[in-house]
Amino acid sequence: MDYFIELFLSGLTRSSIYALIALGYTMVYGIIGLINFAHGEIYMIGAFTALIVSTVLAIYGFPFFAIVALTVLAAIIWSSAYGYTVEKIAYKPLRNAPRLSPLISAIGMSIFLQNYVLLAQTSDFLPFPALIPEFQFMEPYAHIIGSSDLVILLTTITVMVLLTLLIKYTKTGQAMRATSQDKKMAMLVGINVDKIIGITFIIGSALAAIGGVLIASHIGQINFYIGFIAGIKAFTAAVLGGIGSIPGAFLGSLILGLTESFATGYVSSDYEDVFAFSLLVLILIFRPAGLLGKSSIEKV
Amino acid sequence: MLLELLAVNTFYGNIQVLYDLNLTVKRGEIITLIGSNGAGKSTSLMSISGIVPARSGKILFDGKEIQNMAPEKIVSLGISQVPEGRHIFPDLTIQENLNMGAFLRKDKQAIQKDMEYMYSLFPILKERADLPGGNLSGGEQQMLAICRALMARPKLLLLDEPSMGLAPIIVKKIFEIVKKINKDHNTTIFLVEQNANLALKIAHRGYVLENGRIALQGSAKNLLVDENVRKAYMGV
Repeated sequence: MDYFIELFLSGLTRSSIYALIALGYTMVYGIIGLINFAHGEIYMIGAFTALIVSTVLAIYGFPFFAIVALTVLAAIIWSSAYGYTVEKIAYKPLRNAPRLSPLISAIGMSIFLQNYVLLAQTSDFLPFPALIPEFQFMEPYAHIIGSSDLVILLTTITVMVLLTLLIKYTKTGQAMRATSQDKKMAMLVGINVDKIIGITFIIGSALAAIGGVLIASHIGQINFYIGFIAGIKAFTAAVLGGIGSIPGAFLGSLILGLTESFATGYVSSDYEDVFAFSLLVLILIFRPAGLLGKSSIEKV
Repeated sequence: MLLELLAVNTFYGNIQVLYDLNLTVKRGEIITLIGSNGAGKSTSLMSISGIVPARSGKILFDGKEIQNMAPEKIVSLGISQVPEGRHIFPDLTIQENLNMGAFLRKDKQAIQKDMEYMYSLFPILKERADLPGGNLSGGEQQMLAICRALMARPKLLLLDEPSMGLAPIIVKKIFEIVKKINKDHNTTIFLVEQNANLALKIAHRGYVLENGRIALQGSAKNLLVDENVRKAYMGV
């Protein structure tokens, strides 16, 4: 039973990270119908920013909590700036182009950002400082949950609640939903659609940055390629739940994370991806729009 | 003069839709633009709202040139549009739809008051305030669309085919409300309609659009008895 709970909790940790990234994919898709393939790179850039900032601050002898707070803040700001800029440079000029063009542009941006970090940093794995404070749980919990698992889980839950409140109750959130449902009408009621799209990219990037810092600190090393792999997994989670749907991104991440964790624990870690993607294929066969996605029906 | 279009030419890509359109709307009047399918009626409204900007010519609102302004700027000056097909935000609740109409306003209390007023015009909307807009019937959606536009407290209300696809009794009700809004709030109304008979009955003046050009204009009374208008648009 302990083993089950342990797997369950480590699955939740994975799910949390996937969810933080998947939200960016799903929100951007919801608002401009684009799969932002460069999103994984934004997450990677968040982790690198955190590495650089935390190292510099440590050299100057800042206290631990100041380092953590400033590092997270810097990663969020830096990633958001990248996300916002990528949208302005690579997607906005293609707003009225055929759907394939921005997609190619997104893949190009992804490759560009990977290589930029590769050249600016290194291709080796770099050690990442433990930014999540270590504390020991008492037995009988100590061997099933670690402090970083708990911090990741709590952070993700907090972020999700805040995001849900933002989207449901604030004027900006309502405008985001209105824009994703009917762009022309959004303009006609006076919503600045470009601004709303920009805000969506900023929020998605900020969430990815938080995910990047958390996972880098949890695993302890990063390189330029982490964004690609995490990005593909989070994208899978978003599609699984129904791309464009925010609750879908939560649910898809949860299912994907738990499946991987149990497959690793009970079968073999070699089969982790096999189970995850088989699940995706199965769900797409029976529910092509994803679990909570809507197959669009036009009412005349 | 509240709105003036001076030699407006509008294109979709390479295809010209409006040719040297000249049109004026006086403060407080109901004016109607009638014409057949594809004449350019909706495009005229989209050019005024800045969604499909005019390629040449001038659009003056309250004496200000607005032809190069962004759509949200035009809304903030006091022009609201109810587009053809209503365009309710389907997954936003009715209340949220109304809220979006007041997107550029900051006066929370007055917004609340206006919302109550809309609910008094159409009590059915109040009953369903928390339901998604997409659940409403066509007629209810049209009412909601008009209310949403009014939430911006526009000086000029652009109405595109409010009668489309609706039962005659609902159309009658909607036109009564349009008249009431014009009278009670002195809101100027620019009504685009295929149903020429209906439109000319509530309007003060009318324009007839043919292939992107103004073919005829005059007081609604005269147009209503005009031989050509009756033949072409009323099937008499």
